[in-house]
Amino acid sequence: MSTTLQTPELVERPNYLNEDYGWKSWLFTTDHKRIAILYLISISVFFLIGGIFAGLMRTELLTPAGDLFNSDTYNKLFTMHGVVMIFFFLIPSIPATLGNFLVPMMIGAKDLAFPRINLLSWYIYIIGGLFALSAAAMGGVDTGWTFYTPLSSTYSNTFVLTAATGVFISGFSSILTGLNFIVTIHKMRAPGMTWGRLPLFIWAHYATSLIQLLGTPVVAITIALLCLERVFHVGIFDPSVGGDPILFQHLFWFYSHPAVYIMILPGMGVISELVTCFSRKSIFGYEFIAASSIGIAVIGFLVWGHHMFVTGQSMYASMVFSFLSFLVAVPSAIKVFNWTATMYKGSVTFETPMLYAFGFIGLFTIGGLTGLFLSTMAVDVHVTDTYFVVAHFHYVMVGGMVMAYMGGLHFWWPKMFGRMYPEGWARFSALVVFLGFNLTFFPQFILGYLGMPRRYHAYAPEFQIFNVMSTAGATILGVGYTIPLIYFIWSLKYGKVAGNNPWNATGLEWTTTSPPPKFNFDKTPIVTEDAYNYSHRGEVEVG
Amino acid sequence: MFLSLDIPLWPEAASTNAAEVDLLYIFLIVVSVIMTAVIFLGVFIFAMKFRKKDPKYVPPHIHGSNLLEIGWSVAPFLVMLVMFVWGTKLYFDEYTIPATNDAIDVYVVGKQWMWKVQYPEGQREINELHVPVGRKVRLTMASEDVIHSFFIPAFRMKRDVVPGHYNTTWFEATKPGRYHLFCAEYCGTEHSGMIGWVTVMEPAAYENWLSGGGAEGSMASQGEKMFQQLGCSTCHLLDEQGRCPILRGVYGSRVLLEGGKTVIADESYIRESILTPNAKIVAGFKADVMPTFQGQVSEETVLQLIAYIKSLAPKTTNLITGAAASVPGMTTIPGRPGANSQNVRRDTTKTDGKQ
Amino acid sequence: MAETHSTLVEHSPDLQHHFDDMGQQFDAATLGMWAFLLTEIMFFGGMFGAYTVYRGMYPEAFASTSKLLNTWLGAVNTAVLICSSLTMAMAVRAAQMGQKKLLIWMLVFTMIFGAAFLGVKAYEYHDKWVEHLIPGLGFEYKDTQYFHQAQILFLLYFAMTGFHALHMVIGFGILSTLLVMAIRNRFSPEWYTPVEISGLYWHFVDIVWIFLFPLLYLIGLHQH
Repeated sequence: MSTTLQTPELVERPNYLNEDYGWKSWLFTTDHKRIAILYLISISVFFLIGGIFAGLMRTELLTPAGDLFNSDTYNKLFTMHGVVMIFFFLIPSIPATLGNFLVPMMIGAKDLAFPRINLLSWYIYIIGGLFALSAAAMGGVDTGWTFYTPLSSTYSNTFVLTAATGVFISGFSSILTGLNFIVTIHKMRAPGMTWGRLPLFIWAHYATSLIQLLGTPVVAITIALLCLERVFHVGIFDPSVGGDPILFQHLFWFYSHPAVYIMILPGMGVISELVTCFSRKSIFGYEFIAASSIGIAVIGFLVWGHHMFVTGQSMYASMVFSFLSFLVAVPSAIKVFNWTATMYKGSVTFETPMLYAFGFIGLFTIGGLTGLFLSTMAVDVHVTDTYFVVAHFHYVMVGGMVMAYMGGLHFWWPKMFGRMYPEGWARFSALVVFLGFNLTFFPQFILGYLGMPRRYHAYAPEFQIFNVMSTAGATILGVGYTIPLIYFIWSLKYGKVAGNNPWNATGLEWTTTSPPPKFNFDKTPIVTEDAYNYSHRGEVEVG
Repeated sequence: MFLSLDIPLWPEAASTNAAEVDLLYIFLIVVSVIMTAVIFLGVFIFAMKFRKKDPKYVPPHIHGSNLLEIGWSVAPFLVMLVMFVWGTKLYFDEYTIPATNDAIDVYVVGKQWMWKVQYPEGQREINELHVPVGRKVRLTMASEDVIHSFFIPAFRMKRDVVPGHYNTTWFEATKPGRYHLFCAEYCGTEHSGMIGWVTVMEPAAYENWLSGGGAEGSMASQGEKMFQQLGCSTCHLLDEQGRCPILRGVYGSRVLLEGGKTVIADESYIRESILTPNAKIVAGFKADVMPTFQGQVSEETVLQLIAYIKSLAPKTTNLITGAAASVPGMTTIPGRPGANSQNVRRDTTKTDGKQ
Repeated sequence: MAETHSTLVEHSPDLQHHFDDMGQQFDAATLGMWAFLLTEIMFFGGMFGAYTVYRGMYPEAFASTSKLLNTWLGAVNTAVLICSSLTMAMAVRAAQMGQKKLLIWMLVFTMIFGAAFLGVKAYEYHDKWVEHLIPGLGFEYKDTQYFHQAQILFLLYFAMTGFHALHMVIGFGILSTLLVMAIRNRFSPEWYTPVEISGLYWHFVDIVWIFLFPLLYLIGLHQH
C-alpha cells in the first residue's frame, strides 16, 4: 500500500522544513506546521519529566513503608506529576501538535486564521511551563494538582504561587489555540468543504476548542483568587475568616471536569481517522459521531459536582450531577459502537496506527465503564479518593488519550517529515505499551475497592502485592514509550522516504507532498466528495 | 492458590451499608464485563473476519443506521438508569441520619495529622474508634485545619471533614473485628499517616469498655467546666434572663432572630454562635455584645460545650431528637456554619423565640 | 517554490497571505474577537459567581459595605464609559467611511474618557487606602459584626474592579496604537479591521462595568 519512493530528491523538494534554516526561522515562524513541531518537542520534554516523577513515585510504592523519600518529597512528586502531565502534556498534546499541523490542511486552508497568535500561544505555553518547572526546581509544590483550599491557600509552605502562576499563564495558551481553531474552521474552509464533509478530526477539535474557550477562563480566575487569598490572607476560601473551601472546589471543577474532555475529544477525532483508513471504509454514523462530540462538550460542563459527592454538598445536587454524568457517557458509547461498526465488511489491516486504535477502543471502553462506577453515588462514596479513581483516569487518559496520540503520531509522521518509522519496532512497542499499561493500572482498581487511598506515601502492608504489580507494569510501560522516542528520531534521517500518501488515505492533507510545502497546497483544493470516501474511490490511488 | 498467597481481592464487609454497596458494585462489574466483552469480541471478530484478503475488494459504503444508533444509545442508557436509581437510593439511605434514640453519638475532630474521637460519656481516643455491633452510630465531624476525609473501607463509608462546619454521617456495624480507618482527602505532609483502627465489639464488651469512662468525666461535664472557665456563665444565666439568651432547653428549639427569620438550634447553630456570634442575633438582643471565641477554643472544646448545652434540656426530650430527625445528613449550604439550620423545608413558623 | 501568492490578481497590500480575500480576513478577525470576548465573559463570570454566592450568604453584610462606596463617583464613571463607547462607535464609523480627521478626534475623545475613568478609579482606590478598606493591608471595618464578610466583599470589589481597570488600561494602550496608525494613514474603507475589533473590545469592557456598578455600588442603597 505504501508508495515509498526511494529517490532522495523527493525529500529535498521545497517544503516547510527546508524552506528556511536557522533558529530564527523556527523561533519566529508563523507557519502552523513549524509551530506544531515546536509544540511536539516541548510536550515530549514535559511528558518525559512527568514520566520521571511517576517512575519515582512507583519506585517508592514498591514497599508499604515510606522509605525511599520523605513524606514531603513524595507529596511534591505526585503534585508535580499531576500538574506537568495535565497542564503541560495532556491539555495541549493532540490539539497543539496534530491539530496545529492538520486543521488547516484538512480543510484546505493555507494556515490557521491567526498565525501570529498561534506562535504567541506557544510562547505563552513555554513561559507557563518555565514557571511550573521553576516551582519544581526551587523545591516543589505539595498541594496536589487540585490545589484544594485551605491547604493551598493557608497551610502549605511550598511554592504554590509559582506553580499556580505557571498554570494560569498556560491557560491562555489553551484559550488562544481554541480561539484560533474555531475561527479557522468557521471561516477558512476550502470551496466545497461544507460542515457535513469535514473530517471527524475537525469536528472533534471544534468541540474541544469550545470547551477550551469557555472553561479555561474560569480556572484562570479561580487560580487568581487563590493567589490573592494566599498573598493577602483574606478569606474567600478560608473558613476561619468567613470563606468557603467548598466554593473553591466548585469553581475548580467547573473547569477541570470539562478539561478532561479537552483531553479526550481530540483523541477520539484521531481514532475516527485511523479506523476508516485501515478498514478502507467510510465511518459508520458520521452525523452521530459529530453530534456526540458537541454533546460531550455541552453536557461535560454540567457534571462537575460528581467530584464532590462526599464533601457534604446537598444530596439533591449530587443526584443531578450523578444523572448528568451517566448522560454524558452515552455519546462516548455511541462513538465506540460506531468505530466498531465501521470495520464491518471493511478490509482491515494491522499497521501500527490501527493497533493503537484497537488499544484505544478497548482501554477507553474499560476506562469509560469505570466512570459509571464513579457516577453511581453510593459506590463513589466508597471508591472516591482511592486508587480506583487513579486507575479510572489513567485508563481513559493513558490507555485512551496517549494511545490515540501515539496512533496519530505514527499515522501522520510520514506526512509531517517525509519519512516512515520502522514498522516492526513500532508494532512491538505498541504491544509492549498495551501490556505494560494494563499491568500498571488494572491492579489499581482492586486496590481502590480494597480501600487504599490515593496520594498515600506509605500504605497498609496487605496492599503491597498489587503495588508491586503496578510498578512492574510501569517499568514495562516506560520501555514501551522509550522505543518510539528512539526510532522516531532515527527515522528523521534514516527512515524510508515516504510519498504523498503512503496509506492511500482520503483527506486533503494526503493530496499534497510529504512534507508539505510552506503554504500547504499548490492550488486551493476544491472539495467534491464526503469524508472517508473509500468505497466510491475504489482502489485508485489518490494524490 | 491465591488464597494461600493471602492476596486480598475484596475488602471485608462489616456494616449494613457494606453489603448493599457490594451488591451494587457486583452489578456494575457484571454490566462492565459484559460491555467490555461485547466491544472486545466485536472488534476482534470484525478485525479477523474482515481483514484484508483480496486486494481488489472494495468495501461497501455503509452510511449508518439510525435504528442501531437509537438502539445502542437507549439500551445502555436504560441500564445506566438502573445504576442511577439504585445508587441514589443507597446514597440517600446512607446520608439520612437516623433519628432513633438508640443511636450512639460520637464526635470526631480531624486535624493534621490525627483523628481525635470523643464519646459523650467522656472517653477520648486518638486514631481509634470503638463501637458496638448492631447499633447505629452517628458521627459528627469537624476539622481544625484543612479538609480531611473519614474513611472506613470495611463499612464502605467516607465523608469529608471540612473546616468551618460540621459534616455528619452514620453507620451500623455488623461484624466484630478491627478495621482500617484512613484519611482520604490529601491534607499535607502526614496524610498517609493519618490512619487508625475501628474496633467493633460485642454489646457487652462495648458496655464494659465504655464504663471504663473518661478520666475527666463526660463530655457534658467537661463542657460545663469550660463554660465556667471561658466566662460564658457570667452572661448566659441558665434559668433567668441575663444580658444574653437563656440556654436551658435551647438545643433543638426554634429560635427567632433579629430580622424575623427563625432557625433550629442544632449543633451547627451553637458552634456558629460561639465562633461567629454576630452571624445570627437572637431577637431582642444586640450585636457586638458576645465576644467571638474563634481561635481560643478548639473544635473539640466546642463539641464539649455543645454537649453541655444539650444536657441543659428540660425534661421533655422529644424536641431534641425530633429536631435531629428532620435534618437529613446535616448537609450544609456551602460554608456557612449552621446555614442549613435555616431549614427552608419547614412550613410552620412559630414565633416562640427564646425560652 | 509553489506558493499561492498570485501575481495575476491585484490584492490589497493588507491582505495576509493565508486568506483568500479581504472579506474573509475581516470576517475571521471579527469572529476571533467575539470568541475572545466570550472567554472574557467566562473570566469575569467566575468572579460574578463568587460574588453571587457570598452575597446570597451574607446579604446584610454586603449591603452595609455599599455605604462605603462612593455611589456618585461610580455613577460619574458609568456616564463617562457610556460616552466613551459612543465616541468609539463613531470612531469605527469614521474609519469605515475613510474620514481620517473624525477618526483621530473620536479616538482622542475615547482615550480622554478612558483616562477620566481611570483617574476616578485611582481616586476611589486612594480613598479606600486612606480608610483602611484594602483587605490584607490593615483592613478595618466599623461594623465589627461584619468584619470578615466585609473583607471578602472588598476583596471581590478590588478583584472585579481591578481586573476591569486592567482591561481598561490595556484598552487605552490599544487605542494609542490605533491613534498612531490612524495618524500615519494606515486605515481606509478597504482595511480598518483593527479599529473594528478594538471597538468590540472597548464596548465589552464598558458592558462589564454596567454590570459591576449596580452590583457593587447600588445594593442596599434603598435601605439607607
